[in-house]
Amino acid sequence: MSAKKGLNLTLKIWRQKNNKTKGQFEVYKISDVSTDSSFLEMLDILNETLINDGKEPIAFDHDCREGICGMCSLYINGRPHGPDTGITTCQLHMRMFKDGETITIEPWRSVAFPVIKDLVVDRSAFDRIMAAGGFVSVNTSGNTLDANAIPVPKDDADKAMDAAACIACGACVATCKNGSAALFVGAKVSQFALLPQGKVEAKRRVLNMVKAMDEEGFGNCSNTGACEVECPKGISLEVIARMNREYMTAHLDRG
Amino acid sequence: MSKLDPKIPHGPLAEKWTNHKNHMNLVAPNNRDKIDIIVVGTGLAGGSAAATLAEQGYNVKAFCYQDSPRRAHSIAAQGGINAAKNYQGDGDSTYRLFYDTIKGGDYRAREANVYRLAEVSANIIDQCVAQGVPFGREYGGQLDNRSFGGVQVKRTFYAKGQTGQQLLLGAYSAMSRQIGKGRIKMYNRHEMLDLVIVDGKARGIIARNLVTGEIERHSAHAVVIASGGYGNVYFLSTNAMGSNVSAAWKIHKKGAYFANPCFVQIHPTCIPVHGTQQSKLTLMSESLRNSGRIWVPKKIEDSVAIREGRLRPENIKEEDRDYYLERRYPAFGNLVPRDVASRAAKERCDAGYGIENNDTKEGVFLDFSTEIMKKGKEAAIEKNIHNPSQQQIYDLGKAWVEEKYGNLFVMYEKITADNPYVTPMKIYPAVHYTMGGIWVNYNLQSTIPGCFVIGEANFSDHGANRLGASALMQGLADGYFVLPYTIADYLSADIRTGTIPTDSEAFEKAEKEIRDKVNFFLNNNGKHSVDYFHKKLGHIMWNKVGMGRTPEGLREAIKEIEEVRNEFWKDVRVPGEADEMNMELEKAFRVADFLELGQLMAKDALERNESCGGHFRWDHATEEGEAERDDANYMYAAVWEYQGDNINAEVMHKEPLIYENIEVKQRSYK
Repeated sequence: MSAKKGLNLTLKIWRQKNNKTKGQFEVYKISDVSTDSSFLEMLDILNETLINDGKEPIAFDHDCREGICGMCSLYINGRPHGPDTGITTCQLHMRMFKDGETITIEPWRSVAFPVIKDLVVDRSAFDRIMAAGGFVSVNTSGNTLDANAIPVPKDDADKAMDAAACIACGACVATCKNGSAALFVGAKVSQFALLPQGKVEAKRRVLNMVKAMDEEGFGNCSNTGACEVECPKGISLEVIARMNREYMTAHLDRG
Repeated sequence: MSKLDPKIPHGPLAEKWTNHKNHMNLVAPNNRDKIDIIVVGTGLAGGSAAATLAEQGYNVKAFCYQDSPRRAHSIAAQGGINAAKNYQGDGDSTYRLFYDTIKGGDYRAREANVYRLAEVSANIIDQCVAQGVPFGREYGGQLDNRSFGGVQVKRTFYAKGQTGQQLLLGAYSAMSRQIGKGRIKMYNRHEMLDLVIVDGKARGIIARNLVTGEIERHSAHAVVIASGGYGNVYFLSTNAMGSNVSAAWKIHKKGAYFANPCFVQIHPTCIPVHGTQQSKLTLMSESLRNSGRIWVPKKIEDSVAIREGRLRPENIKEEDRDYYLERRYPAFGNLVPRDVASRAAKERCDAGYGIENNDTKEGVFLDFSTEIMKKGKEAAIEKNIHNPSQQQIYDLGKAWVEEKYGNLFVMYEKITADNPYVTPMKIYPAVHYTMGGIWVNYNLQSTIPGCFVIGEANFSDHGANRLGASALMQGLADGYFVLPYTIADYLSADIRTGTIPTDSEAFEKAEKEIRDKVNFFLNNNGKHSVDYFHKKLGHIMWNKVGMGRTPEGLREAIKEIEEVRNEFWKDVRVPGEADEMNMELEKAFRVADFLELGQLMAKDALERNESCGGHFRWDHATEEGEAERDDANYMYAAVWEYQGDNINAEVMHKEPLIYENIEVKQRSYK
């Protein structure tokens, strides 16, 4: 254990009872937080104190705590997933903060992600977009082609993998001034557009997914690129360009 | 014995599954939409089962506690998935995968189930590729493989360091397609709190809507439990924070037998504990053992100097390093199975050679420097660079390692602030996977008719130790290729039953019990939070029911767990209200179940007077510290039957394990 002195911090945290009431910021003090702690462990410690004081702990989403499930969110000091890059909130460590600092913690901010409680938001819009076309229509049969009968150039497979790395956390939407989900949808469209298996229904897919995205109330993409900067998985703006191209072709072909 | 009939089909091993499939009852397509199936959990097993059953035409209701089925903890599996494809032409076959799995499990798994697993493994890869899972490939466009611990062939398919994620997203995509068609009704942010049995059959569940707090009744003709493992009984583990045993434990309390609860896998390569406030341990993929060498200093004073920050590991000379796995197990070296690697690390740390600067000084090095230079030299030859400098070799080798494991290295650096390209990683074993689980027969049905259990939640395929990259294989095998057939055989009797009503006495009673418990928790006003008790339990479990167990320690554990449980019911404090999102209430329900399971685990470990796989008893070890198995007396699955609140009163049944197609040997990786 490090003998370093812990951090003393002021936390400004958004509290909101449910989606029917208005929320407000509340201020909490926390002392002697180890710099080796993760950000969420810091919130665990705060919650333990709140419970012991007879108060209600702060609700926040989290699960795997290793940056892959996409459950954690949090707008920290004006940035989704906080001040570090290429990570989710659960991978953020307290060594990124200074002693005496005030940290502001808010939920994702987007029309399409209504607040459920405190820092927890409803991201089910992403599931509905996926249900509109985020799949290859193949049944489970045991009679599909042998896996190696569909050769895929390594570069295409790697690019598809890079797009498929999306964890649907919603940071792209939260940071976007338009609240656009273009990076999320573009990533899924790109994964399948790059692979032969996905080509058969590529046109239907992109049209349906974009339509669902619009219906959910996400804004339009204006190519600002904030999403790419904040994406914990480094998904590139290229996926949006590819989605737009796929969409254009599909739209024109539809006549 | 009747309840414990494993229902293994007759005939030669290689023909059992095909014959069985050919003779099972079917449900005709026009009858399938008269049948409802509940699936609890949406990981690889639950997700693939829900999708496949819906494709076949059943009405599926799927439940997960996360905000989306895509977030189930299968997503965190890094390294890969095994399949007997023999694409590398290195002699792999269904039989060899079967053999490796049985041997890896230390001869404590059921032969027929494991053979079927190996048999369907190849189809899983075909299915996933057809779904668009972006597996790693060679330049020729063919699928690439890596090797994993405990085997001598390359049969592991992977998608970078995110194989679990990609396979889960494949299953989630397949589910999404059925959700869009209305064939799966998805219940996100719902937790199953009890099973409802009507006339002796599983006919529904009571679930809590985690957003509104509503207690809901859901009925079906069959209930599939795919809720994962119970590693979080140790508080600190590589499981997700929400992973829990509740669904499995609730069916146990309603009559499903629980098998081999003491078989827990402690994974050798996790980031060591850093402090007392830690909530979660992070796994570093086993695939890293392909390229990394594990060591501690040979001189104890070097270990002390490293812990105190006076010496850097990269400055320790080659001859002063103890590559203890290569030394003890020359045949398999750093690729010995997980249980062996974990115990060897503990042995070195117990002897004082640990290098981590934490309370317990537990940590060893995983070093990539040899691999970086080796791959660098190979790359220099490939690129026609003559007489490359050391720096050039290093840079080329580093690029190779980065391509293979880059994301894992980044993750490690973010957590520890150490650069693993320069300084060896620090690792230590952590609780990772549970081989034990609900007992199921060959059809994956528990001892409750109509209640099926798949994936990590059941006990069937991994014996006393699971090989790397086999969890993903089992989850998808159960969900895509086994359950959809075997459940039809059961449901064929239900085509005229009609919808199961939810106003029966059984539903009424089950719901009331849950409501009473909610009220109890919220009005108990005790002194301590749920976590306080969970940590206490975890501490007992890790120290006394962990990597090395003794009869005295286990007896103490049984007593201490009971004390913590009594204290919990007396003194737990759960703030908030019933009819709203209340995460402390969710935890209270989960920890209440862990407090019962933990005691059964200790009891099971005490009854098993041998060392096998992940279960290691100090009183059953050779002088060199190797495990001593007792096949004459313990070649069985220990199957526990619930007897009410007193866990000590649970009754053990035995399912003898019969090996007709494999020679039972002492497991040696030397």
